[in-house]
Amino acid sequence: MRTMRKLPKPILESDMQAFIETIAGGLMLGALYALFGLGLSLSLGVMKMINIAHGDLIVLGAYLCSTVMQALGVGPFLSLLAVVPMMFVIGYVLQRVLLNRVVGRGALSPLLLTFGLSIVVQNVLQEVYTADTRSLQAGEFALQGFDLGGVSIGLLPLASTLISVAIFAGTSWLIGHSHLGRQARAVADDPGTARLVGVNDRNFFALVTGFVLAVIALASVMYGIRTPFSPTAGPERLLYSFEAVVLGGLGNVWGTFVGGLIIGVAQLLGAKVSSGLGPFFGHLVFLIALLARPQGIFGKGSR
Amino acid sequence: MLRTERLDAYYGLFQALFGLTFEVKPGETVALIGSNGAGKSTLLRSIVGSVRARPDGVLLDGRPVGGDPERKQLDRGIALVPEGRRLFPSLTVRENLQLAMRNGRKGPWTIERLMKEFPVMEAFQHRPATALSGGQQQLVALSRALVCNPSYLLCDEISLGLSPVAVNEVYELLGRARSDGLAVVLVEQNVKRALSESDRFYCIQKGRVVLEGTSEHADHAQVAQAYFGI
Repeated sequence: MRTMRKLPKPILESDMQAFIETIAGGLMLGALYALFGLGLSLSLGVMKMINIAHGDLIVLGAYLCSTVMQALGVGPFLSLLAVVPMMFVIGYVLQRVLLNRVVGRGALSPLLLTFGLSIVVQNVLQEVYTADTRSLQAGEFALQGFDLGGVSIGLLPLASTLISVAIFAGTSWLIGHSHLGRQARAVADDPGTARLVGVNDRNFFALVTGFVLAVIALASVMYGIRTPFSPTAGPERLLYSFEAVVLGGLGNVWGTFVGGLIIGVAQLLGAKVSSGLGPFFGHLVFLIALLARPQGIFGKGSR
Repeated sequence: MLRTERLDAYYGLFQALFGLTFEVKPGETVALIGSNGAGKSTLLRSIVGSVRARPDGVLLDGRPVGGDPERKQLDRGIALVPEGRRLFPSLTVRENLQLAMRNGRKGPWTIERLMKEFPVMEAFQHRPATALSGGQQQLVALSRALVCNPSYLLCDEISLGLSPVAVNEVYELLGRARSDGLAVVLVEQNVKRALSESDRFYCIQKGRVVLEGTSEHADHAQVAQAYFGI
């Protein structure tokens, strides 16, 4: 007599939906990480400089938003009208006064300088804002969502994803088709020769860092609405940004975007397995991907 | 007139130029002759600001302009074609030219004119700059300086490593620039060519001028002696 084989248990529809929801959530979280990483990718690509204070500047952006919101009584998105220009100016001045001194002097000097900057920013934030955690209140908007075939999508994550995609598309277009982008690529290739064709590299670097901090301002609002932050939250942001950049391949803008998505999805899938394991899964995927493809997913390999 | 006046130049502690005085008049072509390491490239680089110079070490129409950054010299009409071509690999040929033209001065040399006069360049304008042959790259490098519409064009080893046909092409483009009234400073390993393409010449040895004269009446034995330093 033939024994009846057990039929595989049908995957429950709700399981499937939960899975899709996790993936969608991960992609949207990843788009935010990608936005964190974009600035890092740009300063690495154009100036060959790693900014260790990148994460702390994200936190600084969130605190600035919080201050502007309190002072003017506006919501987080409206506060961007003030915070984006403020961050641009901070970036421009920072590069002009401080960072330009170390650009082009090997990898170590910028690392040391921005490591110091990171400590200074953290301590100043702690001094001014105390060590208490804060978050940005977006009111109703942060809680709203809609249903898409049984999968619920939050309006806020969706909005931040769209903003991230728009900024990546804009940056990518600028790099590929504008005078600014041609300058960026020329300086990245060969700063000495770029100067010969009239590029003012010092000023250009300051503009790039200004742009980077303006992007950070946008990212930090999304971040601050989503997650409570404290003055010491920076290094973790830096780590996620860095993973997105390296995973995608250095100097590749869309690579950073994909890298961010992968980290985001890995983190949420990990959190699904066990709620505390999210970041660990992100790091794990990063390590495995790096072992398999040290130059990053879209990297060209060593030149 | 572009002139260096007792110009010194250093790389760190190493002194490369010793009180070098040299001049080029508008519309004139001057050749710099000398062995490797004589200081020819250093001279060109200190004129455009890549190597530090005293303000009164470089004079343009009598005004001290030494030590100013490259973009300022470009605005004043001094452009350098660097040794080894140095095109930007991440940019296409056209983008290389666009970048320079936007930063340079307005004038008769435009991308459109170059493409018309050198149809070969139009054919490869959308290729990455480093996907070309050496001769094609040199044409682009020369064009990149020309679209800045300089009055003084400094050319560092523009025929190095090229086939004879390619060398002729590069000099044909340079010839058109000269007939437009550009002054040219030519650093060239091929002494014969350097003399036949120039109005005057300077022989440089160990950072000093050891011989100068009109190219037409150059005594080849004297030049050879100045070149080799025997």
